[in-house]
Amino acid sequence: MYDVAIIGAGVVGAMCARTLAKYDVRVCLIEKENDVATGATRANSAIVHAGFDAKEGSLKAKFNVRGSEMMEQVCRELGVKYKNNGSLVIGFNAEDRQTLEELLARGNANGVKGLYIAEKEELEKLEPNLSDTVECALVAPTGAIVCPYELTIAAVGNAMDNGADLERNFEVSAIEKTENGYRIFAGEKAIEARFVINAAGLYSDKIAKMIGDDSFDVHPRKGEYILMDKACGSMLKNTIFRTPSKMGKGILVSPTVDGNLLAGPTSVDMEDKENTATSAEGFDKIIKEACENVKEMPFRRTITSFCGLRAVGSTGDFIIKAENGFVTLGGIESPGLTSAPAIGVYATELLAEQGLELKEKADYNPIREAMHHFREASMEEKNEIIKKDKSYGKIVCRCEGVTEGEILAAIRQNPKALDLDGVKRRTRAQMGRCQGGFCSPYIVELLAREHGMAYEQVTKSGRDSYINVGKTKEV
Amino acid sequence: MTELVIIGGGPAGMSAAVAAYDAGVRDILILERDDSLGGILQQCIHNGFGLHRFGEELTGPEYAWRYEQQVHERGIAYKTGTMVLEVSPDKVITATNPTDGIFQIQAKAIVLAMGCRERAKGALNIAGTRPAGIFSAGTAQKFVNMKGYMPGKNVVILGSGDIGLIMARRMTLEGASVKAVCELMPYSGGLARNIEQCLNDFNIPLKLSHTVVEIHGKTRVTGVTIAKVDENRKPIESTKEYIECDTLLLSVGLIPENELTEGAGICLDRVTSGALVDQDRQTQIDGVFACGNVLHVHDLVDFVSEEAEIAGQAAAQYIADGLDTDMDAVLHTDGKIRYTVPQRITKAKDTNVYFRVADVYKNAKITVLKDGEVLLTKKKMRLAPGEMESLKLTAAQLAGAKEIKFGLEVL
Ligand SMILES: Cc1cc2nc3c(=O)[nH]c(=O)nc-3n(C[C@H](O)[C@H](O)[C@H](O)COP(=O)(O)OP(=O)(O)OC[C@H]3O[C@@H](n4cnc5c(N)ncnc54)[C@H](O)[C@@H]3O)c2cc1C
Repeated sequence: MYDVAIIGAGVVGAMCARTLAKYDVRVCLIEKENDVATGATRANSAIVHAGFDAKEGSLKAKFNVRGSEMMEQVCRELGVKYKNNGSLVIGFNAEDRQTLEELLARGNANGVKGLYIAEKEELEKLEPNLSDTVECALVAPTGAIVCPYELTIAAVGNAMDNGADLERNFEVSAIEKTENGYRIFAGEKAIEARFVINAAGLYSDKIAKMIGDDSFDVHPRKGEYILMDKACGSMLKNTIFRTPSKMGKGILVSPTVDGNLLAGPTSVDMEDKENTATSAEGFDKIIKEACENVKEMPFRRTITSFCGLRAVGSTGDFIIKAENGFVTLGGIESPGLTSAPAIGVYATELLAEQGLELKEKADYNPIREAMHHFREASMEEKNEIIKKDKSYGKIVCRCEGVTEGEILAAIRQNPKALDLDGVKRRTRAQMGRCQGGFCSPYIVELLAREHGMAYEQVTKSGRDSYINVGKTKEV
Repeated sequence: MTELVIIGGGPAGMSAAVAAYDAGVRDILILERDDSLGGILQQCIHNGFGLHRFGEELTGPEYAWRYEQQVHERGIAYKTGTMVLEVSPDKVITATNPTDGIFQIQAKAIVLAMGCRERAKGALNIAGTRPAGIFSAGTAQKFVNMKGYMPGKNVVILGSGDIGLIMARRMTLEGASVKAVCELMPYSGGLARNIEQCLNDFNIPLKLSHTVVEIHGKTRVTGVTIAKVDENRKPIESTKEYIECDTLLLSVGLIPENELTEGAGICLDRVTSGALVDQDRQTQIDGVFACGNVLHVHDLVDFVSEEAEIAGQAAAQYIADGLDTDMDAVLHTDGKIRYTVPQRITKAKDTNVYFRVADVYKNAKITVLKDGEVLLTKKKMRLAPGEMESLKLTAAQLAGAKEIKFGLEVL
């Protein structure tokens, strides 16, 4: 019997787990997939929004501003990359300027610090690669970028190191109220807990319905992206947004914390919550708008494209509530990543109100060793590490320079990487120019060996996403 | 200080080492990231290597072994499992391996022989999902030939580069069914003999002017949509066709791996994506040479060895008493000829100039101009982008030239 079961191991569930791990409570994080951070948290813009977007007084505004203030410290403790690169919302004409004035006023009302509108001359110095047609921009110095899955993996790892459990491949299919809590089913399997947090993202409505709450729906809205080579990230310092219009927020261009350049997202309402296909129209839109924002977009150096699904709630705001020991975190669309640390704290407060006693653990450790500590070490430090563990002297992924030692650490540390995508998200191996062409056969071997699996059992991302279908001549 | 450091222990690196040794250099070190010498040839278990060099049809590993033996016989030093991380403009090499850790070597001369990699799917922006079952042809080759596992049963191949063609045959022989090879261009990028022996002999359809427009499947590929393309290479909606398959192999081009070269500040040729070199395969930096697929993608290893010998011998001469120059001519092309290697001549000596054409041409004439005057012409029945060509220019022909231009005319 757990004290708290959290359904969904995206960034929101992860932040809840990590906040709870501070206290003397037994926590189980439940996830339907083979890894954490596979939903909206896998594929989004990775921006820590300053907080001028959401309407005054909304939950989105409240948690955005708080989350953005917390993010740097959370990242430091978890040893994940965070870069306060700043955001610009660019305007091309008088109409845009008016909207920017409104955003400025809204941001000020939301408590966002340092906002102002900059003119062309200043922008030319601030961001020389902006398109010549840009007239003015709202400058948000508190805007930042993170790596959403790195953050989530580290938060789950830190929660686990502090005693939380992770249950993967557990797709919640029914929930039953018991005398002193809930019984959560995935087919035949069951987990019991006194309290439940529903952080199931796109499926938070489905989970809510399992306890009879049909007050909201969540529908998917896809966002496609194009990611460019690491050689391109230095073209821009800030994240470049367009002025929002009736047509939506449009395509942004941003450096990533790993030095790539990202352009996207599109915005298309969907029916199917599983459909993360990219489209030719999507690529066209991204390329067209990005080229309007920024000079000489290096699309020829594209290394991959991907698509994420926003969990759009039917109320237009985050749906956050607690009743009968059941906390609902529904419709956490953008700025959900930014808000997650603050939502984690708030969900814990809600549980306390619901009767969960929170006694701080004596041995709680908020620090997690950086997954990228080796990569960032000096040559002397690296040689010290290699002396102790030779596998750090062997480069497996040549494009990203990832060593066998780092891959083994990702396979062995909480939460363990069980598949190729898991290794990729933890180490960046397979994420470079050749996209795993050279190193994936060897990583398959390491996964098989470390987890005691047959070579052909290794998957790309769990379930039946097998890399190989059998031995030669036997298929 | 090491006299000659060779980066890459594939056929190019080994040939360069042997040639440099035979020209008198004794202090040679080959650095290879793989656990053994041989490079990509190790996984090329089909035959067809060495026809020009040895007059025999060898498999890839056999061809590599011949050179490996020569390396051993000469006692040339090498470190495998060693990845070079950086080459500085003043020839300091930083590398890492499990036993030495990260170390640096000052070299007197360097031969770059890092080979090439396959273009990945990302660069293509194919719409659809990203399930398991999408591999570059070379990765599939590694799974099958080196690991003994099948990456799929029902296969569509995009791109008709040589590795794709070879893998069409290999997958078929290992029990898979290859449904089609789609090629965006109206001609194949592979060798004519591979189309014959790998596709036609197995009744595998080659669909020219076709591409994959969408990938289907959530966890594993379940199918692809292909379409014919118009003359602007845009898919024609009405020709869309769904093919059920569990695997998509990509053979859409090879790119020389020149991250180290660029890091050293050496200029690359925009067409070859390899360094700009002179007749000795010397790059812009004195004492730094490049050869093999890192310089430009070859279709036959025989020519890699030949080119590497030029680089190895030149490196030896550079180490012994420096290279002398007596001219500085630039080689230009007219667009129908895409590139030449070398791109510069700094010494008038007999030189084979290698080049590739931009399209398939029948009954064409190649003209070489020296400072505007016709130096020589040569008629060719058939020229194709997939087949590298060469022309020999003699020392006398080259002497005193400022500009040499390669042009092509269809007769
Ligand atoms: C295109 C796009 C761009 C975005 N850009 C930004 C941005 O720049 N900045 C920002 O702050 N936010 C952004 N967001 C929003 C942000 O990504 C999300 O708000 C955030 O990732 C939501 O996290 P989550 O944990 O709620 O959901 P998810 O990451 O989707 O996690 C939910 C998890 O629940 C699991 N689950 C679902 N059903 C079940 C079940 N029955 N049983 C067990 N497990 C289940 C899922 O598998 C999944 O892992 C963007 C979102 C998208 C899609």
